[in-house]
Amino acid sequence: MINILHKHRFLILRRIVQVSLMLLYIAGNVWGWKFLQGNLSTSLLLETIPLSDPYAVLQMFVAGAIVSSNLIIGALIITTFYLTIGGRVFCSWVCPVNIITDAAAYLRRKLKFDSVSKKQPASRNIRYWVLGLSLVLSYILAVSAFEFISPIAITHRAIIFGMGLGWAAMLIIFLFDLFVLKHGWCGHICPLGGFYSVVGKFGLVRVDHDEKKCTVCMKCKEVCPEMQVLHMVGKSSEQVLSGECTNCGRCIEVCDDDALNFSIRRLAKERGNETSD
Amino acid sequence: MEKTRREFILSTTRAIGLAALGGLLWSAYVDEVTANALILRPPGALDEADFLRQCIKCGMCVEACPYDTLKLATAGSNRPLGTPYFEPREVPCYMCPEIPCVPVCPTDALDITKVSTNNQLDINKAQMGIAVVDTKNCVAFWGIQCDACYRACPLLDKAIFLEYTKNERTGKHAFLKPIVDSDYCTGCGLCERACVTQEAAIFVLPREVGMGRVGDHYIKGWDKSDEKRVENATAKTTTTEISSRKAVDSLNDMGDLLND
Repeated sequence: MINILHKHRFLILRRIVQVSLMLLYIAGNVWGWKFLQGNLSTSLLLETIPLSDPYAVLQMFVAGAIVSSNLIIGALIITTFYLTIGGRVFCSWVCPVNIITDAAAYLRRKLKFDSVSKKQPASRNIRYWVLGLSLVLSYILAVSAFEFISPIAITHRAIIFGMGLGWAAMLIIFLFDLFVLKHGWCGHICPLGGFYSVVGKFGLVRVDHDEKKCTVCMKCKEVCPEMQVLHMVGKSSEQVLSGECTNCGRCIEVCDDDALNFSIRRLAKERGNETSD
Repeated sequence: MEKTRREFILSTTRAIGLAALGGLLWSAYVDEVTANALILRPPGALDEADFLRQCIKCGMCVEACPYDTLKLATAGSNRPLGTPYFEPREVPCYMCPEIPCVPVCPTDALDITKVSTNNQLDINKAQMGIAVVDTKNCVAFWGIQCDACYRACPLLDKAIFLEYTKNERTGKHAFLKPIVDSDYCTGCGLCERACVTQEAAIFVLPREVGMGRVGDHYIKGWDKSDEKRVENATAKTTTTEISSRKAVDSLNDMGDLLND
């Protein structure tokens, strides 16, 4: 039992963070708690600190909206936060869609879909195209283009403010990830993930791989939602520096050989080799 | 070498083509969902186009509303996704004097200056919509006494007043007809909520939908202040040259007509 918990320690922590954030938002709406109000687009912490989705603010800016100082401060706080702990921490620790796509990925593994068809037909760079396209369209249409179709926003608003047909958007993503493309939404298309991948390039919290301990069992690659970031596994001891890593910690959990661990980014290369553990 | 170049050209054109395809579908969808003109916004909301651009869909106005009047448009509601609105027949706006929904807006999509006079909040300045009376289905216009909307109106005798006219049918009764004054009506919808008919015979529409516009061509000559309205109008006199000779000839010159 302890072992199972230990083997899923980050997963459990992530679910606790995701669910409690949503509960705080729900409490803010339903019971009027003043701890966390709003939603993931923009919220107010303790009635004073603004927090804003920097990608949504960027779209507003491109669309020609007058961006208030509140939004700029909120977006800066969030950007600084994710710059420090790694950009796509949002994806795996906060975003509620992550629970849906993780469920689809889990089912794919259990049903052994991936051993039947190994090849993934789509590029993971689609998200950067969608990111660019969303900004172009925001400029042309003079509204935040992605915010009007975002399944992420539909999902968290459905959870916080009432469902409507929001479940349909969730189901579409689940079915898409299950039957069409492995890690399809989060790993290929989502422009918010693309945005945070760019931010995350400079993140400080990094997964560190120790090649000497690695037995090349490849469990980490099997479970990783962005397995291209683990290209060094079994080859060389280095940190996962790709911005596409979501710091979900799944690889660390499944590793039986302690070859993967969270670490702080080594800023200078030569000094890094001495301090690495 | 030849092959990789071909591959490169193919993959580039494919990417551009897919981006164009996706972009067109995407913009068509966004254009469609933002085209809903029949939506009532919270007090102080900017004009619809500006509002859609400015609103970040955080729902803080919805949370601030003590009457649960405001809702965020959910998927499948056929309204611009995630934006706040209200349906007066369900829950009208009760026009709180402290207007809790407006100051919480982090993006100024709900503009506090639009609902203040002299830096004091003033909900009576709100222009959420305009009440419109369907005179064919309003029982007061039938001659039945009903002043439900008039009584419900928070700006009684200003936004809705009663017009008394003689009921010629009976010869001894009066019509008490509710008339809306758009100078005062805030579009709160308390009248629509109170209306006794099966479907409300007085209902709130967005002001752009429910009101006409005179334009610059007519002014009230007896009202000095109305001249201000057309102060910035650009006067342009057009003259059409008419040939006086031709006008006469068109009746007398039969030559061409007979030749045909």
